[in-house]
Parts: sequence; C-alpha cells; structure tokens
Amino acid sequence: MVDPAAKFSIRDLHVHYGQFSALRDLNLDIRANEIFTIIGPANSGKTTFLHSLNRLIDLVPVSRCRGEIRLDGIDIRRGLEIEALRRKVGIVFALPLPLPISIFENVVYGLRMQGIRDPQRLNEAVERSLRESYLWEEVKDRLRTPAMNLSGGQQQRLCMARILAGQPDVLLFDEPTSGLDPISTAKIEETLLILKEKYTIVLVTNNVAQAARVGDRTAFFLMGDMIEVSDTGKMFTTPADNRTSDYITGKFG
Amino acid sequence: MKPRLAQKIAFAFLLLATLLVVLPVLVILLIIVAKGASAISWDFLFSMPRDGMTAGGIFPAILGTLYLVIGAIIFAVPLGVLAAVYLVEYSSDNWLSRLVKLSIVNLAGVPSVVYGLFGLGIFVTFFRFGASILSGSLTLGIMILPVIITSSREALESVPRHFRTVSLSLGASRWQTIRHSVLPHALPGILTGMILGLGRAAGETAPILFTVAAFYLPRLPQSVFDQTMALPYHLYVISTQVPGIAENVRYGTALVLLSLVLLLNLAAILIRSRFRRKKKW
Amino acid sequence: MKPMRVRKLKEWLIEKSILLSGIFSVVFVLLIFLFLLREGLSLFRGESVIDFIFGKSWYPISDPPRFGILPLILGSLLVTLGAAAISVPIGIAAALYIAEIAPLRLREGLKAGIELLASIPSVVIGFIGMITLGPWIKNFFNIPTGLTALTGSVTLAFMAMPTIVSIAEDAITAVPRQYREAAIAMGATKWQTTWRIVARAARPGMLAAVMLGIGRVIGETMAVMMVTGNAAIIPKSFLQPVRTLTATIAAEMGESVQGGPHYAALFAIGIVLFVITFLINGVADLYLHRSRR
Repeated sequence: MVDPAAKFSIRDLHVHYGQFSALRDLNLDIRANEIFTIIGPANSGKTTFLHSLNRLIDLVPVSRCRGEIRLDGIDIRRGLEIEALRRKVGIVFALPLPLPISIFENVVYGLRMQGIRDPQRLNEAVERSLRESYLWEEVKDRLRTPAMNLSGGQQQRLCMARILAGQPDVLLFDEPTSGLDPISTAKIEETLLILKEKYTIVLVTNNVAQAARVGDRTAFFLMGDMIEVSDTGKMFTTPADNRTSDYITGKFG
Repeated sequence: MKPRLAQKIAFAFLLLATLLVVLPVLVILLIIVAKGASAISWDFLFSMPRDGMTAGGIFPAILGTLYLVIGAIIFAVPLGVLAAVYLVEYSSDNWLSRLVKLSIVNLAGVPSVVYGLFGLGIFVTFFRFGASILSGSLTLGIMILPVIITSSREALESVPRHFRTVSLSLGASRWQTIRHSVLPHALPGILTGMILGLGRAAGETAPILFTVAAFYLPRLPQSVFDQTMALPYHLYVISTQVPGIAENVRYGTALVLLSLVLLLNLAAILIRSRFRRKKKW
Repeated sequence: MKPMRVRKLKEWLIEKSILLSGIFSVVFVLLIFLFLLREGLSLFRGESVIDFIFGKSWYPISDPPRFGILPLILGSLLVTLGAAAISVPIGIAAALYIAEIAPLRLREGLKAGIELLASIPSVVIGFIGMITLGPWIKNFFNIPTGLTALTGSVTLAFMAMPTIVSIAEDAITAVPRQYREAAIAMGATKWQTTWRIVARAARPGMLAAVMLGIGRVIGETMAVMMVTGNAAIIPKSFLQPVRTLTATIAAEMGESVQGGPHYAALFAIGIVLFVITFLINGVADLYLHRSRR
C-alpha cells in the first residue's frame, strides 16, 4: 500500500554484501518535507540504507538488493535513470569531501555534468546554493580559490551547496557532523531545520542527542533490522522496544 | 661473535653491494663522456655522414630515432592509457581482467629480438609494409605498451577512491567521472609513463633490426614507408662492423644515445617526484 | 545542451573502445605467438622437434644445413647462470641495504640511480663491455680473445641487477612494520631483524625479483651479441666464446632467405625463447601475487 504523501516508500528491502546480510525486511515510508533521522550502533545498516536510496550501493560489486524503493511513486531501479535519480537525491558524507578544484567548480560540478554551460545560470546557481547552505558570505570573494583551503565545517557546507545547486528533492546526510567541532555542528543543524521547508531530509547520526534536536521522526536500526520508527518525541520518551530504550540511554552503543 | 660486531660487518657488505650496483652507472657515464665529448660538435649532430660513414655527422640517425619514437608513442599511448582505464575503472576481479593482467606481464617479458621477429612476420611481411618507419614504429609501440599501461595504472590507482564516489553521487555518468574527476589528476603519472616509454623505445636495437633499420641511406626518409637510420643500430654497426672509424666518433655516438635516454628518464623521475610532493589531496 | 541520446551514444562508444583496448593486450600476446608459429613451424616439416632442440650442431649455411640448437641453449644457459651467480647475491644485498638501512634521503637518490642504470640501452652496455671489459679479461686470463661467456655474464649481470634490486626492494618494504617492531622489542639487533625476519618474510617477492632478472638476461640480445664472441659451439668453459639463442636470431636473420629453412629455424628459436620467457614471467608473477597477499 503506497502512502500518497510519501516521498520515499520502501517495501521488503533486503541488502546483502556477498554472504553478509546488511539489511533485512525493511518497510518504511519517508514523508515529504520532514527530517527523518536514523539512529543505531555501528554496522546496523544505516549507511547501507542511505546508499540504497540513491543507488550508491551499486558501486559495491558484491552488493545484492531485493525489494522495492519508490520515489514519488516511481521505482528507482526500473523507472528512473540512475544519473537522474542521483540528481534528485543528493548525499553529504561523513567526512567533508570537496573535489580538488575551486569552490565555484565544486558547486557547479553536477550542473556541468548535465551539460549546463551558460555562465549566467551557473553564477545564479552558485549564489543561490551557497546562500542556502549559509556559506555565501564567507566565500563570495574567493569563489575561484581551491576548495581544499576551507575549514572542515566550511567544506561540509560546501558539500551541501554542491547538491543544492542541482535543486534536488531529497537530501541524504550520513553522519555529517561527526568530524566537526560543536560550533560547526550547531550551524549545520540550524541549516537543516531551515532546509526542510523546501526539501525532504534523511539524516543518519550516531549522536542520539542530535536526533532528538532535529528529527521529526526517528528510526532505530540494530544489526540490520529496523526495530522501531515513530515521532521523535515519542521515541525518546516512551520507546516501544527495550532495545531502543537501552540504546538511547547509553546502555550499549 | 657479538651481535653488534656481526651487524657492522654485515652492513658493510650490504653497502659494498649497493655501491657495486650504483657506481657502474657513473663509471660508464664518465668513460663515455671522457672519450666521446671531443667528437661532439654542431657538425656531428646536424650534418649528414660522409666518406662511407667515417666522417661527417650522425644527423640522419638522430632524426630516424626521433621519427621511430614518436611513431611508437602515437600508437602506444592512446591504446595503453585506455587499457589502463579499463583495468582500473571498468574491470571487476574476474577471469577476463586476470587474463589481461597476465598478458601485460607477458608482453613485458618478451625478449626484444622476439618483438623484432614479430614485427618482421606481421608488419613487414604479412601487411606488406616492408622494412619501414611504419613497421618499426608499430613494433616499438607494441613493445612499450606494457610500460605505458603499468605507469598509467599506477597513476589512475593513486587518485583517491572518493573522487569517483563524489562525482557519481552528483549525477555524473561513469565516463564523465573518469574524464573529469580521475584522468586530469592522473595526467602527471601518465606523462611520466610516456616519457619512460620514449626512453625505452629510443634505446632498443633488436626490434628495429629487421623492421626498419639501415646503416647507410643516401637521403633522409621521405615517408613512413621508407627505411631510416637509427642511433642504437648505428652504434652497433660502427662498433662491430666498420673498421677505420675514429674511437672518439664511436664514443661520441654512444654519448649522444646515452644522453638522450638518460635525459628522458631523468625528466620522468623528476616529474614523478614533483607530482608526489605537490599533490593537492 | 547536447541532447541526451547523442551523449549516451558517444559514451557507449567510448566505453566499448575502452573494453577493446583492455583486450588488445591479450590479442597481441596471441598474435606474437601465432606469427612466430606461422614462420617457424615450416622448419618442422623437414626436421623433428627433438633433433632441433637437442641437436649438437648449428651449421645453418652448410650444405646440407644442420639446425640443432643445443649449443645455443647451452650458451644462453652458461651466460645466464654466470650472470645470476653475480647479480643475485649483490642485487639482494643491495635491496636489503636500500630498503632497511639507508637513510631516507639517500634511499631516493639510490633508487633513482638504479632506475637510470636500468634505462641504459643494451647496445651501449654492450659497447662498453666490448671495449673495456673484453680486453681486460683477455689480458687477465691470458686467452686468445676477451669475448667469452664470462664477459657476457659480467656484462649481463649489470643489466639484471637493477631489475632484481627494485623488485626485491618493493617486496622488502612491503613487509609490515609490526614484524620489525616485534623483533626489536625482543632485543634483536637491526641486522638480526633484517636478515632473520624481514628477508624471510619477503622471500616470495625476492624470488620473483630473481626470476624476472633472469628473464631479462635470457632475453637480452645486443649486449650479449657484442661481448660473447658468437661461436656457435658447445661451450666447455666460461673462458670460451659462446652464442646465445637471442644473438643467433639477431646476427643471422640478415643472411637468411625469406621463407627458407634458415629463416624458419630462426623463427623456431623465437618460439623457444617466447615459451621460456612466458614460463619464467608467469611463475614470477605468481610469486609476486603470493607475496602481496
């Protein structure tokens, strides 16, 4: 049963790396314009899940996926070209990963790959997306300088601008602040709260408090299974499963 | 014997061995420079030979080597770089890629005179190109293919994996990713390989013995179907088959060839180490 | 903005060419073997393989011609073994020094020096060997000519050493740091660590280095042609001139009639060389893979 308001609907998803079962029997809807956070200990399948949403998992030769993922009702494996999917569903990784080119070129990289060359369009996209990720003021005078010269927090916001330039529908974040200091972390969390008005956001985090701060709904993954999913407030006050409460309170992790 | 003493003796032996390997380069260089420098002159390098090769210059041999080497590179670099791209970016660890890698190892180990036989059999005879710059270049090209492929592979593999992941995640296709996020950063390494290939092709004699080289040609080659003189072959003939050539002319020819090859290799080594130090990631 | 379909087609073409380029190396190996067979097999219409490989007489221009390559095989073997006897101990020792003992900046310089040695054209090394080493050996041993198997061995040792040193050095540096640290922690000296632990661990790689060095020597043509004297008879000592398989091809191809038995015999020698180096390189590659794992 597909929920018409769902941005992503995932049905019976199983993912294997060779013999190893990374995700089992996942059924889930992600709603438009929400911040959906995923928590859980290491190796629980959180990143695997994220990478399944934009088919980055295809890069792993031994990976096998079973089940169905639909974006706006369209099957992402059969109904959509892989490059188009990845433009609609952008990802920011745990470590800031700028390409060794200028700030400007980083932001317009996806647009250039689509064939967009008109300088006016590119300039407009750069300013818009750098403003959306709150980096514009800091870099507007040095757009042609190497992106590698920015600080960690700035680089991560650059990576956000990079995906925003292509006007995606969904933003995936894989532990985006795990390598950053608290101030940069706070800046990024603020930005997420503003971005959700235009985009749907899926955030994987190993920082339970972060999920509590920004998530609308939260899912708890454990060793390849999704244990439970509910509104963040409810999950943190009255979790349905013992394992969820044990993880949240720090009994393991 | 106390361990410390044993160590001192052992280390001394090892150092001696190392010197035995490295010093001969310098010795060979010194001998050739000492005895050959007197023959080097503008005339020697740029004019045609006279009096049955006993006087005049070696310009046609130098030019011929240049032609052959450029021809070899034109053939080997596109093919070799693409083959490296295949191995690093497109192949998975299956029987085909292992077969390709094994073939490259074998091509690298084929004796140079067997390449000469191959060139004779296929280009000179079968394709009827005859003994020509074309036959010689193609033969040399296949011979240096492993050098180009191996160094291009290393260059491509040294580009961090995450460049590819990031590019693909931004919606680029596989080829776009290679073209824009991998190849540009591998270019110095590929260039290094190209220069090493040039040096190798310039110094080889056996592959060109049956496919192109001639000792005395009255004119410079006019087309790719002509034969040509070449430095390594020239050196071989004047040192083993032609009496009456002044000693410094022999050493001078060796000096020209050696300088060409060593300069190319030195350039490759320098580019490689500058590249390693200046990497922006 | 280019229409999507055109770009997709262009990319498909490019990716297919890439695949083809990869396969080309396999094609070339097969082609080489094929063309050697094409020209060389005709010899065996008139002569058996056994007579060819084990025949003691190589008289290609006599009437009737005799095509036994045993003298040539023995010539190659003698020169190769001599070169190996010199280059293997020295090469391994030098590799150990460079990898384990030399200070860092010296190491880069040494490796560059060895790379330069490896790049010297074989005709230049043959030239030097012929002009300097040959007469010296003639005088030292008081023999009629200085162009002998020994001269060949010494000259070729210089060509094998860079190969052996650089591949062995790679294998030695690849030995994980923990091995050395564990040995030092137990009180071993650096030399004991290097010799007993590191060298042993790097053994497959060092073996591969030796094999590749030997492969290089067997395949050498010009240098060997210029210093070994070119006498195609069964050698009885190191101080005699010999002829190798490679030199025979290079020296006699010019005198042979295309398509004739001499021509075919030279190609047949090529087949023998191809098979030998194929086997050596294949085995060496296997050892290199074992050492990397």
